[in-house]
Amino acid sequence: MVRIREFENGVGTLFHRNLVRGSTHLYNGQEAVAVGAVAALRPTDPVTCTYRGHGVVLARGSDPVACYAEILGRSGGLCGGKGGSMHLTDVSRAHYGSHAIVGAHLPIAVGLGLGAQYRGTDEVSLTFFGDGTVNIGAFHEALNLAAVWSLPVVFVIENNLYGEYSPVAATTPITRLADRAAGYAMPGVQVDGNDVHAVRDIVATAAERARGGGGPTLIEALTYRQVGHSRSDPATYRPEGELDAWLERDPITLLERFIGDAAATASVRERVAAEITAALDAALALPEPDEAELLTDVIG
Amino acid sequence: MSAEKFTENALNYRQTIARSIHDAMQADPSVFFFGEDIGAAGGPFKTTAGLFDVFGPHRVRDTPISEQAIVGAAIGAAAMGQRPIAEIMFADFAAVAHDQIVNQLAKYRYMTGGQVRLPVTLRLSNGAGSGFAAQHSQPVENWYIGVPGLKVVAPGTVEDLYGLMQAAVRDDDPVLVFEHKTLFSVKGTVTPGAVVPIGSAAVVRSGGDVTIVAAQLMRHRAVEAAARLDDEGIHCTVIDPRTLVPFDDETVLASLRETSRLVVVGEGPADGSWGAALVARVARHGFELLDAAPRLVCSPFTPVPYAESLERAWLPSVDDIVAEVRSVVAY
Ligand SMILES: Cc1ncc(C[n+]2csc(CCOP(=O)(O)OP(=O)(O)O)c2C)c(N)n1
Ligand SMILES: [Mg+2]
Repeated sequence: MVRIREFENGVGTLFHRNLVRGSTHLYNGQEAVAVGAVAALRPTDPVTCTYRGHGVVLARGSDPVACYAEILGRSGGLCGGKGGSMHLTDVSRAHYGSHAIVGAHLPIAVGLGLGAQYRGTDEVSLTFFGDGTVNIGAFHEALNLAAVWSLPVVFVIENNLYGEYSPVAATTPITRLADRAAGYAMPGVQVDGNDVHAVRDIVATAAERARGGGGPTLIEALTYRQVGHSRSDPATYRPEGELDAWLERDPITLLERFIGDAAATASVRERVAAEITAALDAALALPEPDEAELLTDVIG
Repeated sequence: MSAEKFTENALNYRQTIARSIHDAMQADPSVFFFGEDIGAAGGPFKTTAGLFDVFGPHRVRDTPISEQAIVGAAIGAAAMGQRPIAEIMFADFAAVAHDQIVNQLAKYRYMTGGQVRLPVTLRLSNGAGSGFAAQHSQPVENWYIGVPGLKVVAPGTVEDLYGLMQAAVRDDDPVLVFEHKTLFSVKGTVTPGAVVPIGSAAVVRSGGDVTIVAAQLMRHRAVEAAARLDDEGIHCTVIDPRTLVPFDDETVLASLRETSRLVVVGEGPADGSWGAALVARVARHGFELLDAAPRLVCSPFTPVPYAESLERAWLPSVDDIVAEVRSVVAY
């Protein structure tokens, strides 16, 4: 979690130095969702996530240098510089992509589960997506198919209270998003998304059920995005005091309190900060992709 | 229906669909098939009849009416190393899955720097001429020719349908297979296991005066037009591209070295069509081969009409092709 936080802070500085093209979406405040969920999986379980995906890829154990290099559009990036911040992918770690069309990866996550079910292996496909995503058609098609075929899929809503600048209540007529599960006759459960252990435990239950042929589960992790939606967003739409209240419940602070050894956790923070600074410097030293790469990996 | 059905080699185009899927599934256990009503019911056009009985519900699966989920499921299963065949009932319904096809299926490999290959075969029933009206008859193949990352095939004969289907299933890239609804009764003979390479056109007949390029229904009309023109002393080469992406320009250019005259026949409006794209490439790479401006015979810029007389007028006819060839010769 500390690695993700430090990494994202590094992305923030790269952004202000104008070294990140297009946009970027930070994970600050949501770290416990990715870390808790991934901790409950096997390394071979396929994972997919959104454009707000740096945290998930790092939780999967991907090399921060390759992640930074991808965000910088350098050779040596996870995707050779062809994907960028919104598309970090590391298939060597069964991470099947960060997807930037809202909801589009849900049918694909269903397919990853189908692939496992078809060949008779016991991987579980887990996919992360936002609260705003429960309103797009792909969500419905994906959950329905996963349920009707009893596919091994775990759907994790990262409910950070906003879809871009719109609060959930402005776009969604129910307040408990996990209730959507009822329409697909699958379990729908809520969890404190800032409590890494709680996330791990609830995902472990869902994954075990899926692995045993019990079908999919919809998990709603309640969390908070401590930064704007993307780089250009100062998040002025937040009500007074909301951010402060959530900073009180910062997932890293909660975990450090749980561990209860200030010296040890401080030294972790220090070590990880140095590691991430070094990773960023290493990525900055990498060259741009060879121009011949433009034409590769299309068809043929 | 029994498995015996899949041993007969003299087939029509409709039967060839099931046969080609059958043989691909039998050759490779990682191949499986899903779509709406394709299994127990045998498909809305009965193009997949018998497969469910042979392979059962694990390998032949009826899906909900969920085009996005169908394409997404194929993408995910392919990423997990399988070779799914998915069906979009009427090609027009691909519009509902447009995002999955153009943003996910087509771009996955490129965006991930080649980490993911997607051996997905997407089959679509396409084309006008059967009175299904505007939302069930469009030339959908033209929606995809400008989307890098997809291969697009449009077979017009039993042999090509069978061979291109085998090639599509074995290909490591996504392949869209367009089956033309008016060709179901076309007869031919399959050679079990035969593969028609993707990206290779067929020279259907040779003549020294004009090169006609046409696929699917239009290929058959072009052949008829060419036979009629023979009687007038105008001898045409007919080329069936068979694959629209990647297009076999070389076979067309080689023919133009002899004929110096080009007539492309395409079902559907010209703008944004594979025929228009071909004419543009020939203008760029074959200009000095030509003795006349290249011609494009196509449909008016309207949706596909319902009434038989209107739909007939909408589709390029044998007469239209004959007239255009005469005019390019007289140029
Ligand atoms: C189909 C589609 N529509 C709109 C967008 C623009 N967009 C990007 S992120 C976003 C908000 C998504 O909110 P949510 O699902 O809650 O995820 P979060 O960003 O909060 O993690 C929108 C509308 C998009 N990328 N894709
Ligand atoms: Mg959100």
